[in-house]
Amino acid sequence: MATQHSRSAARIMMAPAVILLLGWMLVPLTMTLLFSFKKYLPLRGGDLGWVGFDNYIRFVSSSAFWPSVQATLVIVGGVLAITVIFGVLLALLLDQPMWGQGIVRILVIAPFFVMPTVSALVWKNMFMDPVNGLFAHLWKAFGAEPISWLSEASMQSIILIVSWQWLPFATLILLTAIQSLDSEQLEAAEMDGASPLARFGYIILPHLGRAITVVVLIQTIFLLSIFAEIFVTTGGSFGTRTLTFLIFQRVLESQNVGLGSAGGVYAIILANIVAAFLMRIVGKNLDA
Amino acid sequence: MGRITLDKVTKSFGATEVIPPLDLTIEDGEFTVFVGPSGCGKSTLLRLIAGLEDVTSGQIRIDGQDATMTPPAKRGLAMVFQSYALYPHMSVRKNIAFPMKMAGIDEAEQNRRIESAAKALNLTDYLERKPGQLSGGQRQRVAIGRAIVREPAAFLFDEPLSNLDAALRVGMRMEISELHKKLATTMIYVTHDQVEAMTMADKIVVLRSGHIEQVGSPLELYHSPRNLFVAGFIGSPKMNFIEGSEAAKYDAHTVGIRPEHIAISDSGGAWSGVVGVSEHLGSDTFFHIHDTGLAETITVRADGEVGFRHGDRVSLTPRTDVMHRFDAQGLRITA
Ligand SMILES: Nc1ncnc2c1ncn2[C@@H]1O[C@H](COP(=O)(O)OP(=O)(O)O)[C@@H](O)[C@H]1O
Ligand SMILES: [Mg+2]
Repeated sequence: MATQHSRSAARIMMAPAVILLLGWMLVPLTMTLLFSFKKYLPLRGGDLGWVGFDNYIRFVSSSAFWPSVQATLVIVGGVLAITVIFGVLLALLLDQPMWGQGIVRILVIAPFFVMPTVSALVWKNMFMDPVNGLFAHLWKAFGAEPISWLSEASMQSIILIVSWQWLPFATLILLTAIQSLDSEQLEAAEMDGASPLARFGYIILPHLGRAITVVVLIQTIFLLSIFAEIFVTTGGSFGTRTLTFLIFQRVLESQNVGLGSAGGVYAIILANIVAAFLMRIVGKNLDA
Repeated sequence: MGRITLDKVTKSFGATEVIPPLDLTIEDGEFTVFVGPSGCGKSTLLRLIAGLEDVTSGQIRIDGQDATMTPPAKRGLAMVFQSYALYPHMSVRKNIAFPMKMAGIDEAEQNRRIESAAKALNLTDYLERKPGQLSGGQRQRVAIGRAIVREPAAFLFDEPLSNLDAALRVGMRMEISELHKKLATTMIYVTHDQVEAMTMADKIVVLRSGHIEQVGSPLELYHSPRNLFVAGFIGSPKMNFIEGSEAAKYDAHTVGIRPEHIAISDSGGAWSGVVGVSEHLGSDTFFHIHDTGLAETITVRADGEVGFRHGDRVSLTPRTDVMHRFDAQGLRITA
């Protein structure tokens, strides 16, 4: 029972947390906005005063801007597609009763606990190295010419590495969703003459709609800002410079805080466009 | 047509045998009720017939055809589940259309059957709603509608009314019975409620731990239960059982007498005791009589007007002509 009294009490109790979170968000945001209107070069004269929208204009007019937006969207889209499709398939597989189910499930979740930097290094050195990598050995075993993954297929390689990290998350959420499906619904569909494929399409997939929405939204938030995987593998070269990475280069390599901050504001705008877009497509799964 | 024959059917889950060898024939057009206490294997038996479980051994024939290995969809049977098992993201219309869509029936015929089922089940106004927006009774009707449109050889119901409240249950009971009269299709109905069994069935199959205890019409089971289990299970309130010297007077190990076959009076009866709890239903009153020296309590059904109170000493007169006699193995002694 939410009476007037208990509601205002609840507001007071929640206030510290809300204020803390707001501060956490607002302070960096304000500082970014502030810097983005300044010429600020820490090693070359420091704060050189207000410059209006100069930084914004320079950031978009740089030849690296649009390719970086494209790279960001390709990586996010590729990883989402792979994790959702394989997540659904893996979840279906793990839902089958089988021997050693508990251990298999833990193994499937394991990649999620590996730090991005570590996993990227492992992939880079153990699998994708063109001389000593396992893939190179595999290719040679079949008499093929080893591929130098990170330069020849850089985008695919990064998508592969990031997908490997996020697949467990998608699988786990989708598995719990599959397990919550009433088995009588599947049996009813079976009696109604639905083939296994029809049961998947008409019963399981719609049931998973909401979980897929959650996976897509949460992953998008994190994937828009992936950094470590790019930093330790290609270092932003071979067409893998994302918006986040471009901002990093502007701020730290070129030591141009103002320009980087303007890029940061663009990143916020891009994230909101993507989020609004996703909400429109999949968000209707969340109500009802 | 829908004549279903089970021939020495058994079912084991791992090492536990849930259904020992079982023979049963369900005639075309018959309303058969499987009744028994919880966990006795009723659902398992129904699922074996439906094909949702594989038999461990034995044979299932539908209209004389061996259907033991036939997949569920090909058996021509429709099932109504306890949880209704409606598809939550589809409208009522799509739910009902689903089996026809899977069978590839053309759109016009689908709509014709949906309209007629909706009319018969009072669902016409709800066709565009989702199952989540319906009451329990309406969901039940949608589940039945989805079964009807398939025009199956037999309907299978697994405790379809157990999620409904008491008043609705009585109503739906009648609707299902009427549906059976109208369609004259074989129906197999599983319940643990003997009242449902008695009121709906043409033929009752009483099960206990996978065994068939007795098969017969409701009145056959009421008038001549084959053993103590059936005698105690069928009839409400439960039959009174009396052992010992009183039973020996009738050359039996146990005698059974139904509450409605005992008269209660101030004095002059064969037995006497003290009134314990009395349950007043208005039309009838059930007295639970203690200290009779025959059994712990004797239940007596009397007219609603009879006014004995807690602690009153009363006299009981059993109708010996309708007394049931059982031997030491619990089997009925005839003649
Ligand atoms: N899938 C299964 N695996 C193992 N045991 C089962 C399974 N299904 C049912 N049983 C067992 O079979 C017995 C009969 O179950 P069931 O047919 O559901 O009983 P009822 O429907 O009469 O209440 C129960 O003891 C139950 O534990
Ligand atoms: Mg059951």
